[in-house]
Amino acid sequence: MKKKIKIKINGKINKIDDKTKLSDLVKNLKVPLKKVAIELNREIVDKKNLNKINLKVNDKIEIVHFIGGG
Amino acid sequence: MKKDNLTISKKKFNSRLIVGTGKYKSMTECAKAIKISGADIVTVAVRRVNIADKKKPLLMDYIDPRKITYLPNTAGCFNSDEALRTLRLAREIGGWKLVKLEVLGDKKNLFPEMIETLKSTEILTKEGFKVMVYCNDDPLMAKRLENVGAAAIMPLAAPIGSGLGILNKVNIQIIRDQTKLPLIIDAGLGQASDAAIAMELGCDGVLVNTAIAKAKKPFEMARAFKNAVIAGRQSFLSGRIEKKVMGSASSPKKGII
Repeated sequence: MKKKIKIKINGKINKIDDKTKLSDLVKNLKVPLKKVAIELNREIVDKKNLNKINLKVNDKIEIVHFIGGG
Repeated sequence: MKKDNLTISKKKFNSRLIVGTGKYKSMTECAKAIKISGADIVTVAVRRVNIADKKKPLLMDYIDPRKITYLPNTAGCFNSDEALRTLRLAREIGGWKLVKLEVLGDKKNLFPEMIETLKSTEILTKEGFKVMVYCNDDPLMAKRLENVGAAAIMPLAAPIGSGLGILNKVNIQIIRDQTKLPLIIDAGLGQASDAAIAMELGCDGVLVNTAIAKAKKPFEMARAFKNAVIAGRQSFLSGRIEKKVMGSASSPKKGII
Protein backbone atom coordinates (compact mmCIF):
# COMPACT_ATOMS: atom_id res chain seq x y z
CA MET A 1 0.00 0.00 0.00
CA LYS A 2 1.17 3.49 -0.83
CA LYS A 3 2.24 5.80 1.92
CA LYS A 4 -0.36 8.46 2.77
CA ILE A 5 0.50 12.06 3.47
CA LYS A 6 -1.42 14.99 4.85
CA ILE A 7 -1.79 18.14 2.80
CA LYS A 8 -4.06 21.16 3.05
CA ILE A 9 -6.43 22.08 0.25
CA ASN A 10 -8.23 25.39 0.66
CA GLY A 11 -7.57 25.31 4.39
CA LYS A 12 -8.81 21.75 4.95
CA ILE A 13 -6.62 18.74 5.73
CA ASN A 14 -6.72 15.98 3.12
CA LYS A 15 -4.96 12.62 3.04
CA ILE A 16 -3.51 11.67 -0.30
CA ASP A 17 -0.96 9.19 -1.64
CA ASP A 18 2.63 10.30 -1.26
CA LYS A 19 4.07 11.81 -4.44
CA THR A 20 0.67 12.37 -6.00
CA LYS A 21 1.06 14.66 -8.97
CA LEU A 22 -0.70 17.99 -8.66
CA SER A 23 -2.30 17.35 -12.05
CA ASP A 24 -3.84 14.09 -10.75
CA LEU A 25 -5.11 15.75 -7.60
CA VAL A 26 -6.80 18.49 -9.58
CA LYS A 27 -8.30 15.90 -11.91
CA ASN A 28 -9.65 13.86 -8.98
CA LEU A 29 -11.20 16.96 -7.48
CA LYS A 30 -12.86 17.68 -10.84
CA VAL A 31 -11.59 21.24 -10.80
CA PRO A 32 -12.44 23.17 -14.00
CA LEU A 33 -8.85 24.14 -14.79
CA LYS A 34 -9.64 26.98 -17.15
CA LYS A 35 -11.67 28.77 -14.51
CA VAL A 36 -9.28 28.58 -11.57
CA ALA A 37 -5.85 29.63 -10.34
CA ILE A 38 -3.73 27.40 -8.16
CA GLU A 39 -1.26 28.26 -5.46
CA LEU A 40 1.19 25.83 -3.90
CA ASN A 41 2.74 27.00 -0.63
CA ARG A 42 1.84 30.60 -1.51
CA GLU A 43 3.39 30.47 -4.94
CA ILE A 44 1.28 30.56 -8.07
CA VAL A 45 1.61 27.40 -10.12
CA ASP A 46 1.75 27.65 -13.90
CA LYS A 47 -1.13 25.42 -14.97
CA LYS A 48 1.04 23.99 -17.74
CA ASN A 49 3.38 22.51 -15.15
CA LEU A 50 0.88 20.69 -12.95
CA ASN A 51 2.13 17.27 -14.03
CA LYS A 52 5.69 18.16 -13.08
CA ILE A 53 4.84 18.73 -9.44
CA ASN A 54 4.84 15.86 -6.92
CA LEU A 55 3.02 16.75 -3.74
CA LYS A 56 4.75 16.26 -0.43
CA VAL A 57 3.77 16.26 3.21
CA ASN A 58 2.29 19.50 4.60
CA ASP A 59 1.93 21.13 1.21
CA LYS A 60 -0.64 23.87 1.20
CA ILE A 61 -2.75 24.24 -1.91
CA GLU A 62 -5.18 27.01 -2.67
CA ILE A 63 -7.57 26.72 -5.59
CA VAL A 64 -9.50 29.90 -6.31
CA HIS A 65 -12.01 31.17 -8.82
CA PHE A 66 -14.26 34.15 -9.44
CA ILE A 67 -17.46 34.61 -7.53
CA GLY A 68 -19.92 37.46 -7.27
CA GLY A 69 -18.52 40.55 -5.64
CA GLY A 70 -18.68 44.34 -5.66
CA MET B 1 -22.88 62.68 -32.87
CA LYS B 2 -19.46 61.43 -31.87
CA LYS B 3 -19.58 58.20 -29.92
CA ASP B 4 -19.17 58.91 -26.25
CA ASN B 5 -17.25 55.91 -24.94
CA LEU B 6 -15.73 55.27 -21.55
CA THR B 7 -12.01 54.70 -22.14
CA ILE B 8 -9.85 52.97 -19.56
CA SER B 9 -6.22 52.17 -20.39
CA LYS B 10 -6.97 52.65 -24.10
CA LYS B 11 -9.82 50.14 -23.97
CA LYS B 12 -13.22 51.49 -25.00
CA PHE B 13 -16.51 50.59 -23.33
CA ASN B 14 -19.99 51.57 -24.45
CA SER B 15 -21.57 51.78 -21.02
CA ARG B 16 -20.45 54.12 -18.26
CA LEU B 17 -22.16 51.98 -15.68
CA ILE B 18 -20.05 49.31 -14.01
CA VAL B 19 -21.91 46.86 -11.82
CA GLY B 20 -20.92 44.49 -9.05
CA THR B 21 -21.99 40.85 -9.05
CA GLY B 22 -22.33 40.37 -5.29
CA LYS B 23 -25.34 40.21 -2.95
CA TYR B 24 -27.84 38.87 -5.50
CA LYS B 25 -30.33 36.17 -4.51
CA SER B 26 -29.08 33.88 -7.27
CA MET B 27 -26.73 33.73 -10.22
CA THR B 28 -29.71 33.88 -12.56
CA GLU B 29 -30.95 37.09 -10.96
CA CYS B 30 -27.45 38.55 -11.09
CA ALA B 31 -26.98 37.72 -14.77
CA LYS B 32 -30.36 39.17 -15.71
CA ALA B 33 -29.81 42.39 -13.74
CA ILE B 34 -26.44 42.86 -15.44
CA LYS B 35 -27.97 42.37 -18.85
CA ILE B 36 -30.67 44.96 -18.14
CA SER B 37 -28.12 47.42 -16.74
CA GLY B 38 -26.27 47.34 -20.06
CA ALA B 39 -22.95 47.24 -18.21
CA ASP B 40 -19.85 46.19 -20.15
CA ILE B 41 -17.75 45.72 -17.03
CA VAL B 42 -18.60 43.72 -13.90
CA THR B 43 -16.59 43.42 -10.73
CA VAL B 44 -15.89 39.94 -9.41
CA ALA B 45 -14.25 38.58 -6.28
CA VAL B 46 -11.56 35.90 -5.96
CA ARG B 47 -12.43 33.16 -3.50
CA ARG B 48 -11.68 29.52 -2.73
CA VAL B 49 -13.33 26.90 -4.94
CA ASN B 50 -15.81 24.79 -3.01
CA ILE B 51 -14.07 21.43 -3.28
CA ALA B 52 -16.81 19.56 -1.41
CA ASP B 53 -19.72 20.75 -3.53
CA LYS B 54 -18.81 20.36 -7.17
CA LYS B 55 -22.31 21.10 -8.37
CA LYS B 56 -22.24 24.63 -7.03
CA PRO B 57 -22.94 27.05 -9.91
CA LEU B 58 -19.96 28.96 -11.27
CA LEU B 59 -20.15 32.66 -12.06
CA MET B 60 -18.47 32.10 -15.43
CA ASP B 61 -21.31 29.78 -16.47
CA TYR B 62 -23.77 32.64 -16.02
CA ILE B 63 -21.77 35.67 -17.07
CA ASP B 64 -19.59 35.04 -20.09
CA PRO B 65 -16.17 36.68 -19.63
CA ARG B 66 -15.79 36.81 -23.42
CA LYS B 67 -18.82 39.09 -23.66
CA ILE B 68 -18.47 41.14 -20.50
CA THR B 69 -15.22 42.43 -19.06
CA TYR B 70 -14.48 40.89 -15.68
CA LEU B 71 -12.89 43.33 -13.29
CA PRO B 72 -11.34 41.25 -10.51
CA ASN B 73 -11.37 43.04 -7.18
CA THR B 74 -9.59 42.66 -3.88
CA ALA B 75 -12.65 43.02 -1.69
CA GLY B 76 -12.00 41.71 1.78
CA CYS B 77 -8.27 42.51 1.69
CA PHE B 78 -6.96 44.57 4.59
CA ASN B 79 -3.33 44.98 3.57
CA SER B 80 -1.13 45.27 0.53
CA ASP B 81 0.17 41.67 0.66
CA GLU B 82 -3.33 40.19 0.59
CA ALA B 83 -4.37 42.48 -2.24
CA LEU B 84 -1.30 41.67 -4.34
CA ARG B 85 -1.75 37.94 -3.77
CA THR B 86 -5.41 38.15 -4.80
CA LEU B 87 -4.79 40.05 -8.01
CA ARG B 88 -1.85 37.90 -9.06
CA LEU B 89 -4.15 34.89 -8.70
CA ALA B 90 -6.86 36.69 -10.66
CA ARG B 91 -4.40 37.30 -13.48
CA GLU B 92 -3.49 33.63 -13.44
CA ILE B 93 -7.11 32.55 -13.90
CA GLY B 94 -7.25 34.03 -17.34
CA GLY B 95 -4.88 36.85 -17.98
CA TRP B 96 -6.84 39.67 -16.37
CA LYS B 97 -4.73 42.81 -16.14
CA LEU B 98 -7.44 45.39 -15.66
CA VAL B 99 -8.24 45.12 -11.97
CA LYS B 100 -9.95 46.90 -9.13
CA LEU B 101 -7.78 47.49 -6.10
CA GLU B 102 -9.60 47.83 -2.82
CA VAL B 103 -7.65 47.69 0.43
CA LEU B 104 -9.90 48.24 3.41
CA GLY B 105 -8.82 49.76 6.69
CA ASP B 106 -11.77 49.32 8.99
CA LYS B 107 -14.20 46.43 9.28
CA LYS B 108 -17.13 48.62 10.29
CA ASN B 109 -17.04 51.64 8.01
CA LEU B 110 -15.09 49.83 5.25
CA PHE B 111 -13.12 52.96 4.43
CA PRO B 112 -10.04 52.34 2.30
CA GLU B 113 -6.61 52.04 3.93
CA MET B 114 -4.97 54.61 1.69
CA ILE B 115 -1.31 54.05 2.63
CA GLU B 116 -1.57 50.35 1.75
CA THR B 117 -3.64 51.23 -1.32
CA LEU B 118 -1.00 53.63 -2.59
CA LYS B 119 1.77 51.09 -1.99
CA SER B 120 -0.17 48.35 -3.80
CA THR B 121 -1.04 50.59 -6.75
CA GLU B 122 2.63 51.30 -7.33
CA ILE B 123 3.70 47.66 -7.15
CA LEU B 124 0.84 46.39 -9.33
CA THR B 125 1.43 49.05 -11.95
CA LYS B 126 5.09 48.04 -12.15
CA GLU B 127 3.96 44.43 -12.64
CA GLY B 128 1.93 45.48 -15.67
CA PHE B 129 -1.51 45.66 -14.09
CA LYS B 130 -3.95 48.40 -15.06
CA VAL B 131 -5.18 49.38 -11.65
CA MET B 132 -8.52 51.01 -11.03
CA VAL B 133 -8.25 52.22 -7.48
CA TYR B 134 -11.00 52.42 -4.88
CA CYS B 135 -10.08 55.37 -2.72
CA ASN B 136 -11.24 58.05 -0.37
CA ASP B 137 -12.67 61.27 -1.78
CA ASP B 138 -9.42 63.01 -0.93
CA PRO B 139 -7.98 65.11 -3.79
CA LEU B 140 -4.41 64.89 -2.47
CA MET B 141 -4.48 61.11 -2.23
CA ALA B 142 -6.12 60.91 -5.66
CA LYS B 143 -3.21 62.90 -7.06
CA ARG B 144 -0.69 60.58 -5.44
CA LEU B 145 -2.46 57.54 -6.91
CA GLU B 146 -2.27 59.19 -10.31
CA ASN B 147 1.42 59.87 -9.83
CA VAL B 148 2.19 56.19 -9.17
CA GLY B 149 0.35 55.08 -12.30
CA ALA B 150 -3.29 54.33 -11.42
CA ALA B 151 -5.45 53.56 -14.48
CA ALA B 152 -8.59 55.04 -12.92
CA ILE B 153 -9.45 56.92 -9.76
CA MET B 154 -12.49 55.50 -8.00
CA PRO B 155 -13.46 57.57 -4.98
CA LEU B 156 -16.28 56.48 -2.74
CA ALA B 157 -19.52 58.42 -2.63
CA ALA B 158 -20.13 57.11 0.89
CA PRO B 159 -19.27 53.91 2.81
CA ILE B 160 -19.67 50.69 0.81
CA GLY B 161 -23.25 49.47 0.81
CA SER B 162 -24.51 52.51 2.77
CA GLY B 163 -26.74 53.93 0.05
CA LEU B 164 -26.09 57.48 1.25
CA GLY B 165 -25.19 58.94 -2.15
CA ILE B 166 -22.38 61.43 -2.76
CA LEU B 167 -21.54 62.98 0.60
CA ASN B 168 -18.88 65.39 -0.57
CA LYS B 169 -19.62 66.79 -3.99
CA VAL B 170 -16.99 69.49 -3.60
CA ASN B 171 -14.20 66.95 -3.19
CA ILE B 172 -15.39 64.99 -6.21
CA GLN B 173 -15.47 68.23 -8.21
CA ILE B 174 -11.91 69.08 -7.14
CA ILE B 175 -10.70 65.61 -8.12
CA ARG B 176 -12.49 65.95 -11.46
CA ASP B 177 -10.85 69.28 -12.16
CA GLN B 178 -7.36 68.02 -11.36
CA THR B 179 -7.27 64.76 -13.29
CA LYS B 180 -7.68 63.55 -16.84
CA LEU B 181 -7.75 59.94 -15.68
CA PRO B 182 -11.08 58.12 -15.73
CA LEU B 183 -12.94 59.15 -12.58
CA ILE B 184 -15.47 56.62 -11.43
CA ILE B 185 -17.66 56.90 -8.36
CA ASP B 186 -17.39 53.63 -6.49
CA ALA B 187 -19.48 52.64 -3.49
CA GLY B 188 -22.21 54.24 -1.45
CA LEU B 189 -24.82 55.08 -4.08
CA GLY B 190 -28.39 54.37 -3.06
CA GLN B 191 -30.68 55.31 -5.92
CA ALA B 192 -30.54 56.17 -9.60
CA SER B 193 -30.46 59.95 -9.06
CA ASP B 194 -27.17 59.52 -7.14
CA ALA B 195 -25.65 58.14 -10.33
CA ALA B 196 -27.03 61.04 -12.36
CA ILE B 197 -25.46 63.50 -9.90
CA ALA B 198 -22.10 61.74 -10.21
CA MET B 199 -22.26 61.99 -13.97
CA GLU B 200 -23.32 65.64 -13.84
CA LEU B 201 -20.25 66.37 -11.73
CA GLY B 202 -18.25 65.20 -14.73
CA CYS B 203 -17.38 61.71 -13.55
CA ASP B 204 -16.62 59.22 -16.31
CA GLY B 205 -18.69 56.45 -14.79
CA VAL B 206 -20.18 54.90 -11.68
CA LEU B 207 -19.80 51.52 -10.03
CA VAL B 208 -22.89 50.13 -8.35
CA ASN B 209 -23.62 46.89 -6.59
CA THR B 210 -25.77 46.97 -3.46
CA ALA B 211 -28.18 49.65 -4.71
CA ILE B 212 -29.22 47.33 -7.54
CA ALA B 213 -28.77 43.90 -5.94
CA LYS B 214 -30.64 44.79 -2.76
CA ALA B 215 -33.39 46.93 -4.28
CA LYS B 216 -36.87 45.45 -3.89
CA LYS B 217 -36.96 45.12 -7.67
CA PRO B 218 -33.36 44.65 -8.84
CA PHE B 219 -34.21 44.49 -12.56
CA GLU B 220 -36.16 47.73 -12.49
CA MET B 221 -33.40 49.38 -10.47
CA ALA B 222 -30.78 48.14 -12.94
CA ARG B 223 -32.74 49.86 -15.71
CA ALA B 224 -33.14 53.00 -13.63
CA PHE B 225 -29.37 53.21 -13.06
CA LYS B 226 -28.70 52.63 -16.74
CA ASN B 227 -31.00 55.51 -17.67
CA ALA B 228 -29.70 57.76 -14.89
CA VAL B 229 -26.10 57.34 -16.04
CA ILE B 230 -27.07 58.18 -19.61
CA ALA B 231 -29.20 61.15 -18.49
CA GLY B 232 -26.50 62.47 -16.15
CA ARG B 233 -23.84 62.20 -18.82
CA GLN B 234 -26.00 64.00 -21.41
CA SER B 235 -26.80 66.69 -18.86
CA PHE B 236 -23.09 67.17 -18.13
CA LEU B 237 -22.20 67.39 -21.81
CA SER B 238 -25.02 69.86 -22.46
CA GLY B 239 -23.51 72.61 -20.32
CA ARG B 240 -25.83 73.53 -17.49
CA ILE B 241 -27.03 77.10 -16.83
CA GLU B 242 -25.39 79.20 -14.19
CA LYS B 243 -26.89 79.20 -10.72
CA LYS B 244 -28.44 82.53 -9.75
CA VAL B 245 -30.01 83.77 -6.58
CA MET B 246 -32.70 85.85 -8.26
CA GLY B 247 -35.49 84.75 -10.57
CA SER B 248 -35.27 85.13 -14.32
CA ALA B 249 -38.59 84.99 -16.20
CA SER B 250 -38.90 82.48 -19.00
CA SER B 251 -41.51 84.48 -20.95
CA PRO B 252 -40.61 87.78 -22.66
CA LYS B 253 -41.73 91.04 -21.08
CA LYS B 254 -42.38 92.67 -24.46
CA GLY B 255 -46.01 92.72 -25.53
CA ILE B 256 -47.49 92.16 -22.08
CA ILE B 257 -51.17 93.21 -22.21
